[in-house]
Amino acid sequence: MLEIKNLHVKLEEEDKAILKGVDLTVEAGTVHAIMGPNGSGKSTLSYVLSGRDGYQVTEGGATLEGQDLLAMEPEERAAAGLFLAFQYPVEIPGVGNMTFLRTSLNAQRKARGQDEISSADFLKLVREKAKALKIDAEMLKRGVNTGFSGGEKKRNEILQMAVLEPKMCILDETDSGLDVDAMKLVADGVNALRDQGRAFLVITHYQRLLNHIVPDVVHILAGGRIVKSGGADLALEVEENGYADILKEVA
Amino acid sequence: MMALAEQRKLDALDERLAALGRPPSGGCLGPAREAALARLRAMGLPGRRDEYWKFTRPDTLNAPEAQEAAVFVASETQLFGEIDRVKLVFVDGVFDAEASDDPVLGGVTIERLEEVATRDIHWAKDLYGVLEARGQDPVARPLAALNTAYARDGVAIHVTGKAEKPIALIYWHRNTRSDAVLHNVVRLDPGAELTLLENGPAAARFNKVLEVDVGAGAAFHHVRAQGRDHERRAATHIFARVDEGAVFKTFTLTANGVLTRNECVVEIVGDNAVAHVAGACVGDGDFHHDDTVFITHDALSCESRQVFKKVLRNGATGVFQGKILVKPGAQKTDGYQISQSLLLDGDSQFLAKPELEIYADDVACSHGSTSGAIDEDALFYLRARGVPRAEATDLLTLAFLAEAIEEIENPALRADIHGRLEGWLARRRKTG
Ligand SMILES: Nc1ncnc2c1ncn2[C@@H]1O[C@H](COP(=O)(O)OP(=O)(O)O)[C@@H](O)[C@H]1O
Ligand SMILES: [Mg+2]
Repeated sequence: MLEIKNLHVKLEEEDKAILKGVDLTVEAGTVHAIMGPNGSGKSTLSYVLSGRDGYQVTEGGATLEGQDLLAMEPEERAAAGLFLAFQYPVEIPGVGNMTFLRTSLNAQRKARGQDEISSADFLKLVREKAKALKIDAEMLKRGVNTGFSGGEKKRNEILQMAVLEPKMCILDETDSGLDVDAMKLVADGVNALRDQGRAFLVITHYQRLLNHIVPDVVHILAGGRIVKSGGADLALEVEENGYADILKEVA
Repeated sequence: MMALAEQRKLDALDERLAALGRPPSGGCLGPAREAALARLRAMGLPGRRDEYWKFTRPDTLNAPEAQEAAVFVASETQLFGEIDRVKLVFVDGVFDAEASDDPVLGGVTIERLEEVATRDIHWAKDLYGVLEARGQDPVARPLAALNTAYARDGVAIHVTGKAEKPIALIYWHRNTRSDAVLHNVVRLDPGAELTLLENGPAAARFNKVLEVDVGAGAAFHHVRAQGRDHERRAATHIFARVDEGAVFKTFTLTANGVLTRNECVVEIVGDNAVAHVAGACVGDGDFHHDDTVFITHDALSCESRQVFKKVLRNGATGVFQGKILVKPGAQKTDGYQISQSLLLDGDSQFLAKPELEIYADDVACSHGSTSGAIDEDALFYLRARGVPRAEATDLLTLAFLAEAIEEIENPALRADIHGRLEGWLARRRKTG
């Protein structure tokens, strides 16, 4: 599904290398987790994959189902099935949440040569998905993320994912700022979408989300490189011993 | 010895007046017209050195002849076309009875200006030029005085109850050199209600005055769109007097137009009254749009809002001069003013002069003015969800304009204006 090869990334504005040769293959039907200390480059990886400005790829590349991701515009990547649940979802006052969802869905459908979804089908779809995430109608009426609490913003990211049904979902610290109940809602939302045709890359700083979304593979990103990979128990090791031990061990 | 600049001003005025020819026969409006002409002579035409015209060059508004303006043929349906309304049509500033509906509406009487003059309609005589004259202090508005003296046509609307439907003044532009001077007066009796719609470019050059006297407990809603002719020029004035417990709300959409100066002068004279003045403009290229607003609070517990949003691209210029004057004793005034521009490129500019002048101590007034580009984070967020850049930019542009559009109370009118803006943006998206 997603293949990242020897990816080197620096900031566009300054000579600061952030990713220094990331290799990662995520197969369809699997959940991979990336853990790592603050500042190790986790968000940078998610932004580069989704096409945010400000970064420069100096070496290596990334493909989604064989297509060169880095050559595409952000909207083309989305239409190809890539989705990023933002670490910091953006507030857009004046653009209604429903308008935003419908515009996004229809833009992707159009890019794939599909018809626009009917208003009735769209409403039904959103109501059903929102209900599962305990997002009420009042929240949907407001501007995108406008005045939402941290937890509401994260649930809203998962709602977008549920409505857009992407193939490759990257979740950047979706667990941060969530209480236990909200984390369960988010995890249920993700688990409901798990299937053979879809893959997840779950970025997290802590292990606890991975109790609910059990990963197939766990990677440790440190200093811009994946320094260790393992099974779900690698996350437990991080939880118990912190990153220091692992970093020492691979140094 | 008279300064050279002043002599030039007087010469310019003489030339302008000569080109306008004889004022229309005054009838009972004669004294008002003569007084206005005297005011104008005392003030002179606006000059480039006048503080109030610092950001906008008045030359083409002063010139004896209107500059040529091509007639724009719009492809879309008529604005407010779905709204049940009484249409009064003016072509290049002249009333067209054929194209208009019968001026019959429950709760309202409608007269043409010349009838007011010949039939001595008292209420209109007592309003014509009166609010304009009051509005000359403390800042001179010569083009409005010129209008009172020379207006060739217009309507007088007397609202005695709740008007059954809106009145729509429609201004067609047919002649590429037309120079129209229109003057409308509206009086709302206590408790009366009217929605007034205006749309269309009107002429190559348009000078318009609207005087509105909003009686106690009355409500006046005004929505206008100034027409899309790229080369048209307009200088418009609204003068309003708002009495106790009354509501005065005006919204203006301006898309295109090489030069527009919209002045709005509101005097709140009765307690617990509300005055909202709002505008959204979108300009692309050769576009200069000036909103100049002056709201005077002279009563207790009144609320005023000024909400102006401008979207500017390809070297367009936006101007906002807005003032809130709170007179001594006007306690509990709630005054709000916001003027913002969205600059879609580095060539466009926004010039703003927000002012507060407050002589009462128990008031809450705030104002803000900002100028910025599209929010890159929001743009990326939308694109990451699959919305192409151009479409995402439009969505954010409409979101920027939303606060001004939301000032329109009636949902159908609001939707109409929103639709126009969407169309304007979408057309530009296609042409790149
Ligand atoms: N746009 C940027 N400008 C400056 N520094 C940046 C930018 N993006 C990332 N960085 C730096 O790159 C490093 C990695 O950041 P990030 O990818 O956000 O890490 P993580 O998500 O793992 O905490 C940090 O040192 C951060 O300060
Ligand atoms: Mg991060």
